[in-house]
Amino acid sequence: MAEVRGSMYPIVPGHELVGTVVEVGEKVARVKVGDNVGVGCVRDSCLNCEVCDSGEECYCLNGFTHTYNTPKTKENCHIGGNPDVQNWGGYSEFDVVHERFIIKIPDGMPLEKAGPILCAGITMWSPLNHWGATNSDKKLNIGIIGIGGLGTMGIKLAAALGHRVVAISSSDKKRDIAKSKGAEGYVVSRDPASVAAERGKLDVILNTVSAHHPLESYISLLKTNGTLIQLGCIAKPMQYTQMQLCLRRISIAGSLIGGIPATQEVIDFCFKNEVYPDIQVVEAGELERVYTELQENNSGAIRYVLDIKKSLEANK
Amino acid sequence: MGENFSKFTINRAKVGKNDVKFDVKYCGICHSDVHVVCNDFARSMYPIVPGHELVGVVTEVGANVNKVGVGSLVAVGCTIDCCMDCDMCEAGEENYCRKGGDTHTYNAKKTHGHIGGNPETQTFGGYSKTEVVHERFIIKLPENTPLAKAAPLVCAGITMWDPLRHWGATKGDKKMKIGIVGIGGLGTMGIKLAAALGHEVVAISRSNKKENIAKEKGAQHYIDTSNTDSINKHNDSLDLILNTISAPHSIFTYLGLLRTNGTLVQLGAVGVPMDFMNFAIIPQRKSIAGSLVGGLKSLQECVDFCVEKEIYPDIEIIDASKVDEVYISLAEGNSSGVRYVLDIEASL
Repeated sequence: MAEVRGSMYPIVPGHELVGTVVEVGEKVARVKVGDNVGVGCVRDSCLNCEVCDSGEECYCLNGFTHTYNTPKTKENCHIGGNPDVQNWGGYSEFDVVHERFIIKIPDGMPLEKAGPILCAGITMWSPLNHWGATNSDKKLNIGIIGIGGLGTMGIKLAAALGHRVVAISSSDKKRDIAKSKGAEGYVVSRDPASVAAERGKLDVILNTVSAHHPLESYISLLKTNGTLIQLGCIAKPMQYTQMQLCLRRISIAGSLIGGIPATQEVIDFCFKNEVYPDIQVVEAGELERVYTELQENNSGAIRYVLDIKKSLEANK
Repeated sequence: MGENFSKFTINRAKVGKNDVKFDVKYCGICHSDVHVVCNDFARSMYPIVPGHELVGVVTEVGANVNKVGVGSLVAVGCTIDCCMDCDMCEAGEENYCRKGGDTHTYNAKKTHGHIGGNPETQTFGGYSKTEVVHERFIIKLPENTPLAKAAPLVCAGITMWDPLRHWGATKGDKKMKIGIVGIGGLGTMGIKLAAALGHEVVAISRSNKKENIAKEKGAQHYIDTSNTDSINKHNDSLDLILNTISAPHSIFTYLGLLRTNGTLVQLGAVGVPMDFMNFAIIPQRKSIAGSLVGGLKSLQECVDFCVEKEIYPDIEIIDASKVDEVYISLAEGNSSGVRYVLDIEASL
């Protein structure tokens, strides 16, 4: 996290929380004690701008508050506790959050699988929604670049929505896993013949890759009027060529997680269609190992999930 | 540039049943004519008869033609053929024809089969006495249209109109805040159109030199990008930016000016790769897009709007004897914002 924004130590990470309600304030109407709930990447926002009003709190004009490693805002703050202390995330026993930012987890949804949907799920769902793929009666051709945790979640969602999914990777190594998750097509971006086979066919491409890479071959896969949606945290400048965009009215756009209504929508969709991330449950004692692994290689499809109860018991 | 322009004889096709023949009265000179003549895009087929901003008077129509008759005032822009069969052509976006792209008015191969004459020769443009095109590519002009001023509408006009249309600015349902970068011929046309459509227009330039002309054309605000205070006044506030700069440049400042969900539309022919940061577009879901002229439906709409509201580019009429001089001046950078228009009759 320190690479992306300045870190305020000590840090309690975690923005994919799921649990059970133990207490509600008197104005709370959406949930009650005993309900299963989740909190994702948005802990707070101003709730006082037109973007928050439209249910896109992650794009709050005054800046949304990330679930951890962020200060509590001076104005329009809906977080209790010491106003001078940074926000602590979900690697913890309890959380207290304004009702607006609570996601209801349907009864019967396996809790350990719901957490990553609040981050990986919404990150892929929100652009699919914004670019017309979640309400479309047309079968679209959707490209997903990067077949890791985000990418496989995206493949599953797009396939469950009824679209033709084309997984895109720099080698052949992810072909089997991509197909097993629901991809009909597979492009090896470094192989010109593989790229040529899908050239000009994709309506939209979700690009999850978080290392610097050239975009030209991906853009060539788009249909006229198509959009390449950039999702990865990349610190170096990316390049495009003007003619590639102008000749076929191509767009390159960014997208960031999603608002609370869209997050509720993806949780409900996943429950209804049994679309879940591939997870591995770990305990606190394994965190060092998991972090080291993720830092060395974040391209696996597995999302790690911390079992809080077991971690606390082990620590007693 | 080595050679000068010289007189050249071409044969126009016989008028087929779907064709319209017209006398070219004026033809606008576009900066991209200069690029093609100089082979800057490396696909020029000499001899070249440039010109994709034709206006004139119909002299003959084919048996199936309904759109116009002899004596009608017409215009032809950058597209004179397409497949007529793909979803883009059917939607009236012929400039994005999926089957190999549309056929340009000059320096193009005749691949789609609706252009008469010798099928092996390249297309010849509007710096000529007459033109024959399929009815589909004819733009109707109202009777009182000032022809010379109307010529650049089918190129400069549509280049700015089409992205305004595609990104929702011509519907009339919402007032937008629209930036126009580059206050030359294209840019001033864009300011006039966006202002006439009722939007709040912000002209954006590299110095303060264009402020007077920008405000005169209808811009309410002006950003001098060499001045940080000037930029900061409008950060995070523009719905749409049309960027006409056609030399390599940085788009970072323009991305910062966009509000949530805003789009920066790049229009200039820049030959080198352009940079952007993912971090500049992810947090507020911004877009960078490209656009190139427009389809025939959009073109007719643009011309109708401009003639009705009397929105025209600032022009200077010249005859063929001045063409070389004008090309040199355009190649060096046209900072006056004037569009040159060739008077065909006077030249002949």
